[in-house]
Amino acid sequence: MSARGSWFDRAWRSLLLGTMTLFVVNIGLIIAAVATSSFARRWLGTWLPDGWTIAWYTEAWREFQLGGVLWVTVEVVFAVVALALLIGVPAAYTLARRDFLGKRLLMLLFLLPLMVPPITYGIPMATVLYKLQLAGTIYGVILANLVPAAPFVILVMTPFIEQIDPNLESAARVFGASTARMFWHVLVPLLAPGILAASLLVLVRTIALFELTFLTAGPDSQTLVVALYYAVFAAGVRAPQSVDAMAMVYMLVTLTWLLIALRFVNPTQLVSRVKEHPQPAA
Amino acid sequence: MTTATQNVPRAPFDRTLLLVMPAAAFMLLLFIYPFIYGLLLSFHPKTGGTLANYTHFFTTDNLWPTIWTTLKLALPATLINVGLALPIAYKMRGKSRYQRWVTTILVVPITLGTVLIAEGMLIYFGPKGWLSQFLQLVHLYTGPIRLTHNFWGVLISLVISGFPFAFLLILSYITGIDPVLARAAATLGADRKAQFRYIYLPLLAPGLAMCFCLAFVQAYSVFPSAVLLGSPAGPTRVISIAAYEAAFEQYDYSLASAIAMIMGFVQLIIVAAVLGLRNFWYRGPVTGGKG
Repeated sequence: MSARGSWFDRAWRSLLLGTMTLFVVNIGLIIAAVATSSFARRWLGTWLPDGWTIAWYTEAWREFQLGGVLWVTVEVVFAVVALALLIGVPAAYTLARRDFLGKRLLMLLFLLPLMVPPITYGIPMATVLYKLQLAGTIYGVILANLVPAAPFVILVMTPFIEQIDPNLESAARVFGASTARMFWHVLVPLLAPGILAASLLVLVRTIALFELTFLTAGPDSQTLVVALYYAVFAAGVRAPQSVDAMAMVYMLVTLTWLLIALRFVNPTQLVSRVKEHPQPAA
Repeated sequence: MTTATQNVPRAPFDRTLLLVMPAAAFMLLLFIYPFIYGLLLSFHPKTGGTLANYTHFFTTDNLWPTIWTTLKLALPATLINVGLALPIAYKMRGKSRYQRWVTTILVVPITLGTVLIAEGMLIYFGPKGWLSQFLQLVHLYTGPIRLTHNFWGVLISLVISGFPFAFLLILSYITGIDPVLARAAATLGADRKAQFRYIYLPLLAPGLAMCFCLAFVQAYSVFPSAVLLGSPAGPTRVISIAAYEAAFEQYDYSLASAIAMIMGFVQLIIVAAVLGLRNFWYRGPVTGGKG
C-alpha cells in the first residue's frame, strides 16, 4: 500500500515539475523571441538573426513619442496611487474597526468594481466622462483608473489594520490625540509595510490596466500599455521590430516595479489577508 | 470574531464613519452612477422602442453568439489556470529556500503585457519560428503549427497572463491555513491524500471560489489578445469586441451600454453560480480569528 502511494507520489511530483518546466521554458522562449527580434538587423527563418542593432529602440522612441508616453504613464500612475491611498486607507480603517448599519452593502460596493469586467463599467463610465468633457484628458484617465484602484487598496489594507491592537489607539486617545494626530503618529507608522505593499500593487496594476485607459484616453493622455496596443493595431507601415522594442520597454518598466514590489511584499501575502498569528517554527 | 467595537454609538455621531465617506462618495459617483446611467441609456435606443437594443442584440447574427464565444474561451482558460495553480501552489505551501525564487519566476509573466505575449507567440509559433524549427530538427512534426490567429492562440495567451495571478492568489490562501491542523490530522492517521481532501480542501474552498471568480473576470473581459492573437471577425469575436465596436466605431452608445449590461449580467450569473456552490463570505478561509 505504501509502496503504491510513494509510486503515485513520485509520478505526480514529476508530472507537476514537468508541467511547470514546460510552462516556464516556453514563456522564456517567447520572451527571448521578442527580445531577439527587437535587436535583430534581419531575421528571416533562421535560428538567429544575421546581425544585431539597437536601431529599433531609437526608432520606437522617436516614432511612438515614447518619451511623452512614459511621462504621461508616470503622472497617471503616481496620481492614481496617491489618490487611492488617500481615500482608501481611511475607508479601510473604518471598515476594519467599526460595525455599522449598511457595512455589508458598503463592502459590496467596494468589491463590485473588482468583480465586474472593466469593459462593462468602462463603457458607461467613458460615456459619462465624455459628457463631463473629462475623457480624453489626463484627469479622465486618472479618475477612470481610480475606480478599481481605490477598492483594491481597501481590500488589501483592511486585514493589515485588523492586525493592529486597538489598545494602541485607545492609549493615544487617552493622551488626548485627535483622530488626525492618532492617524499620523500611531497608525501610519505601524501600517507602513501594508501601505507600501498596497501602493506597489496598485502601481503595477495601473501600469498594466488596459481597458479603462483605452476607453478614456485621448491622443495626449495615452499610457504605455495603450500606446503599445495602438502601435500594433496601426502597424503595417511600421516595422514589427520597433513594436517589439516597445514591448520590451514595457516589460522592463513593469518588471522593475514588480521586482521592487517583491522585495518588500511577501508574494504569498500579495492579494489576500496576512496571517493572523505567527506559526511556531516547524 | 474581530476586535472591532460592536456598539454602534447612538447620540454623538461616530466621526470615524466620516473616514469612509470619500471613498464611498467616489464609488457612487464614478461606478454606481455611470452604471445606472448606462442601464437607463440602454433603454433609450437610437431607433425603436424601449427594448429595441436588446432585441437587436439577440436577433443579430454577429452579436448574440459572442456570449458563447466569450464563455467558450473564458471558462476553459479559468479552469486551466485554477486547476494548474492549485496543485503547484499546494506543493509550494511549505516555507523553503526556493519558495521565493519559484514564486518570482512564476509571477514574471504578469509583467509581460498582452502585446509582448502576442508578438512573442506570433514569432515563436510562427511558420519559421523556433518551435517549428525545433520540431523539424528532431523530426517530431513537420506540418504547420496552427496556434495563432485562432481560438488556441487566445486561449494560450489567457493562460500565460492569467496563471500567475491565480497561482499567487491560491498560494496566499493556502499559506494562510495553519499547518498545525494538517499535523493534527496526521497524528490521527490521515495520509497525505486525506489531509488534502479533508483539511486543506474544505478550508480552501472559499478562497478557491474567490480565485475562480477573479480569474474568470480577467479571462472574460479578454479584449486585446482576442484582437491580436485571434480572428476578431470569426471564432474569437468576443463580447467586449462587440461592445467596443458599437461604442467607438458606430458611435451608438445606447447599444454599447446594452451590450455592456448583458456582458455584466452574464458575468454575474457565473459568479453567483460559483459563489452559490460554496456559501461564502469574502473575508477568506481562516476565520478562526485569535482563537
